[in-house]
Amino acid sequence: MTKMTKMTNQVRPQQPTERATGRLSRTRILALVRKELNDFRRNRLIATTMAVMPLLFMIEPVITVFKLPANAPASRLDALVGVATLELMLIPALVPAVVASYAVVGEREQGTLEPVLTTPIRPSEFLLGKALAVFLPALGVAYTMYGVFLAAVGLFAHANVAHDIFEVPRIVAQLLFTPLLALWSIWAAIAVSTRAGDVRVAQQLSSLASLPPLAVTALVGFDVVKPTTTVAVVIGAALLLVDTVAWRLVSAFFHSERLVTGAKPA
Amino acid sequence: MERESANTRDQAPPSGPAIVVEGLTKRFGGRTAFADVTLSVEYGEVFGFLGPNGAGKSTTVRTLGTLLAPTSGSATVAGLPLHPANSGEIRRRIAVMPESPGLYPRLSVAENLDFFAGLYELDHRRSRIERSLRAVNLLDRADDPCRSLSKGLRQRVGLARALLSDPRILFLDEPTSGLDPLAAHDVHELIDGLRKRGVTIFLTTHRLAEAEALCDRVGILNTTLRTIGRPDDLRERLFAKTLEVSTRAPLTEPDSVFADLPGVDGWRRGDDAGEHTTYVLTITDADLAAPAVARAVVTGGADLLTLNPSRHSLQEVYLQLVNEDVEAQAR
Ligand SMILES: Nc1ncnc2c1ncn2[C@@H]1O[C@H](COP(=O)(O)OP(=O)(O)OP(=O)(O)O)[C@@H](O)[C@H]1O
Ligand SMILES: [Mg+2]
Repeated sequence: MTKMTKMTNQVRPQQPTERATGRLSRTRILALVRKELNDFRRNRLIATTMAVMPLLFMIEPVITVFKLPANAPASRLDALVGVATLELMLIPALVPAVVASYAVVGEREQGTLEPVLTTPIRPSEFLLGKALAVFLPALGVAYTMYGVFLAAVGLFAHANVAHDIFEVPRIVAQLLFTPLLALWSIWAAIAVSTRAGDVRVAQQLSSLASLPPLAVTALVGFDVVKPTTTVAVVIGAALLLVDTVAWRLVSAFFHSERLVTGAKPA
Repeated sequence: MERESANTRDQAPPSGPAIVVEGLTKRFGGRTAFADVTLSVEYGEVFGFLGPNGAGKSTTVRTLGTLLAPTSGSATVAGLPLHPANSGEIRRRIAVMPESPGLYPRLSVAENLDFFAGLYELDHRRSRIERSLRAVNLLDRADDPCRSLSKGLRQRVGLARALLSDPRILFLDEPTSGLDPLAAHDVHELIDGLRKRGVTIFLTTHRLAEAEALCDRVGILNTTLRTIGRPDDLRERLFAKTLEVSTRAPLTEPDSVFADLPGVDGWRRGDDAGEHTTYVLTITDADLAAPAVARAVVTGGADLLTLNPSRHSLQEVYLQLVNEDVEAQAR
């Protein structure tokens, strides 16, 4: 009887997640980031997602804005600028969601998850490496597309349209929301990826999960809330809070047994 | 001389056994993968872990490799109790080659190994990668993408990966499955070389001849541990020792010939092969019985053709034990 009690006592601490002992290893995180980036470049599906999807979401708003006549009524102008900003926001929301949905289920399908998790890498390092590897290129692509959009508008759009788009609070909002939307999408996609049975399902669910925060950023885009820098910063802070909570939650539920088997320990 | 990281065997040999397992059990929901396994493996030992498909071998390896949490029981791996707080340190001290090699298909062999060297925070990565690849005869394929490798070659990359960190304890889950006889032989030599360098090897395999040739001790698992010991001891424990005697013609009075010989307990007629007559003697000690039997047969007036002590293979031991389980289940 005492033996039984002892056993259960020894085993119970195994159920919760990793302890926060020691510091994270930068070497391991960077090794993972480098491996991921190498792999993304050679993965046709991911490379296409990273290249084609942002182009589509950038070209659409450029066309929309160019089609606006110089004498368009202010209400019409506002609505179309709203649509254009929303479409641009889809880049940091959807691109990382699709790519990050591979994070766990992709490795599990390939059979690479088990050998990785038998190395000294800690779950939080694995998580951060995976997230960083998606965040960096996604952010780069999203900012580049926004830059191209601004350049196109500045060069070719009617002056009053350009004036509206070049409003400082609008630009601040776009720059601020882009990484925050990407982070949300990444944590949501990784969470989905740990539970999903296959990559396709993970991609679809992650894409859906990436959308809700867009509703908040659209408030500014469509001028529902007057776009001031303060409003942008407040919404940005709220998003940051949500992202942080999402990260902590994903970390807390991140457990090597669940990663390997797709189920938590019985 | 290369400076090697803390997990190499250049340090003084650690005291105590390499692996201690006590009453370890793992269940997935209602299914028991393995139950109440108790064993211990000394440093420097090659331990063979045998058992039919689904016996729980890989799950045991995953559990000892800190990937799965045991349902009950306890274990010590590389001197540390199996506990989540020790997981990282245990994994630093061991290496596991899982059942399927699990390589990144789009990365080259060297890139795959470099990634893992990074995860172990190894220094001198290039020379380590070279050394590991040379050990499995794959140095010339270092730049090939893994997807272009055959199954057996991938298996060898997996083995090279397990060698990268110079672990003291190595878990190999069916390292020779899918290998051609020559490659399997190379792996056997590699394992033998590692043993000579003092590496502890926990070897899961379905190749009984491999286990017999390589392992100091074997355990046979069929959800529970059926037996454990040196292959020689298992043979003795399971099978009565016999001596096979064949003569050109039948003995006229075998009863009196075989009676009262030292080391002989009894006799029966064996399956006669061709012209010869065979007797199977139950003995306690071959060294004692064989000369006495030879003398007695010759004195009895028969032409002695052969005199063979029994040699049961590990395969026979294995089949005996596993068949017992199958029969027990049928009842
Ligand atoms: N993640 C899991 N969830 C549920 N059951 C599992 C899981 N992993 C293993 N099992 C079950 O546990 C049992 C032992 O499986 P294991 O893979 O350890 O066998 P094995 O001895 O390695 O077999 P093989 O020789 O075929 O490799 C099997 O019945 C298997 O179906
Ligand atoms: Mg197995």
